[in-house]
Amino acid sequence: MDEHESNEEPNTLEVTRRTVIETGTTALLLTTLPRAVLAAGPVGDNEPPPPAKVELQINGHAHSLTLDPRTTLLDALREHLALTGSKKGCDHGQCGACTVLIEGRRINSCLTLAAMHDGQSITTIEGLAWGDDLHPLQAAFVEHDGFQCGYCTSGQICSAVGMLAESQQGMPSYVTNDLTQPAAELTDAEIRERMSGNICRCAAYPNIVAAIKQAAGIPT
Amino acid sequence: MKAFTYQRADSTTQAAAGSVRPGAKIIAGGTNLLDLMKLQVETPSQLIDINRLPLDKIEETPDGGLRIGTLVRNSDLAADPRVRQRYGVLSRALLAGASAQLRNKATTGGNLLQRTRCYYFYDVTKPCNKRSPGSGCAALAGFNRIHAILGTSDHCIATHPSDMAVAMRALDANVETINRQGETMVIPIAEFHRLPGKTPEIETSLKPGEIVTAVTLPPPPPGVQVYRKVRDRASYAFALVSVAAIVDSTRGRIRSARLAFGGLAHKPWRVAQAEQQLANAPANTATFNTAANAVLEGARGFGGNDFKIPLTRRTLHSVLAEMTQA
Repeated sequence: MDEHESNEEPNTLEVTRRTVIETGTTALLLTTLPRAVLAAGPVGDNEPPPPAKVELQINGHAHSLTLDPRTTLLDALREHLALTGSKKGCDHGQCGACTVLIEGRRINSCLTLAAMHDGQSITTIEGLAWGDDLHPLQAAFVEHDGFQCGYCTSGQICSAVGMLAESQQGMPSYVTNDLTQPAAELTDAEIRERMSGNICRCAAYPNIVAAIKQAAGIPT
Repeated sequence: MKAFTYQRADSTTQAAAGSVRPGAKIIAGGTNLLDLMKLQVETPSQLIDINRLPLDKIEETPDGGLRIGTLVRNSDLAADPRVRQRYGVLSRALLAGASAQLRNKATTGGNLLQRTRCYYFYDVTKPCNKRSPGSGCAALAGFNRIHAILGTSDHCIATHPSDMAVAMRALDANVETINRQGETMVIPIAEFHRLPGKTPEIETSLKPGEIVTAVTLPPPPPGVQVYRKVRDRASYAFALVSVAAIVDSTRGRIRSARLAFGGLAHKPWRVAQAEQQLANAPANTATFNTAANAVLEGARGFGGNDFKIPLTRRTLHSVLAEMTQA
């Protein structure tokens, strides 16, 4: 269990762990707390539902949260744990900006409830690098300019991590010619099909494909 | 999202019993349900999470088929070596649907039970007999490019959006269920989804308190299996028209054929007469035309979706020509 845990004040303590926002804790709290309430939507005439207790292992740290059951995993990460690397784009599973890995598998964190993942292990973009050593996919995205505005990038990178693992496990795709072959070669067409759940409005797709190929050790 | 209580089911019968309570909903992958809850198209007051139940296995059946647990994720089903070897049409249909992230979450049972993507069903400010029975159908005279051309009614022209179910229809799958008394039942997939008629809000033949536990596939029929999906973009889009085809042919002659269509109706569409026209027939344009006529008998466009009639014909031609090398 992380020493920062508290059911009552998840934001306060978690925020201090993150050097990137060390100096803006108070301001951040002022903006995130109301949003945390809004994210769950109006409560309506009824009494609020009983909260759900959720234990999540995020990037190797145990977190204990008490949440409105409506809290999506994305909102839990962003609004309750101040892990704002995962982005809210469409909030309907259509853009992929919220992609995280659960037990190593990529999913849309906006379309699942935090309570459904009690006891599970989650990797977000914040958990990929080793200190200052970037994950090979992060480094490749920088090297190949795999973004312009950068909003989709954390989702693209988490998705690519999951995609390369799926590919190594022999997962086929819609464009795989022969489904009976154990593992398809990661051609550009395969990468594009397998990454189609991540939209980039800046259309950095050619560079994203190049970055993924480099990280996967495929000649570009 | 409206407030709800969250509960994890300890057993299948407990989940079935709980699902009878007013406002209760089962949640599995949640990729469709939570989307609809955010828009308040679905407003359950209680969610029963079945994700921890032991319903996630793919097993061989004694007759040489497969039994797929309702919680098997779409990606795992598509990647299963037995499915890839023997039921290629199913693997291909699954891989044609949604995105990798969604397939990692979406389940077999949930895929069958997903709701239509009709824009007016999704828009709570518009009339929709499926969402709000008796309110009317905004799609009839609205923007209906993605809507049904077969089996429609004056009350609803929505389509069923699944690719997986179309392949399962061609494979004559059976849906296994359990009710709150713990009794198990088997529903042939042909009878699982319903046409809209006057009650488009009732989409399946499941009774209250009856939940899906598995889908079984009989041994694969002879022949080549193909899933062809025609859509507005090359990936991550719902079908305008899709065909699951299993065709056994040799030297320009078709022995037998099975054809199921997606994107055309409120359920995966299959026409026995079309398959009879193809059986023991020469693989040529005239035969394909006769089959297409049988598939499209009674087809009706609503303006925006008129194109689906010739598109279905051409897609079927293309698939049959490719499969029989005609």
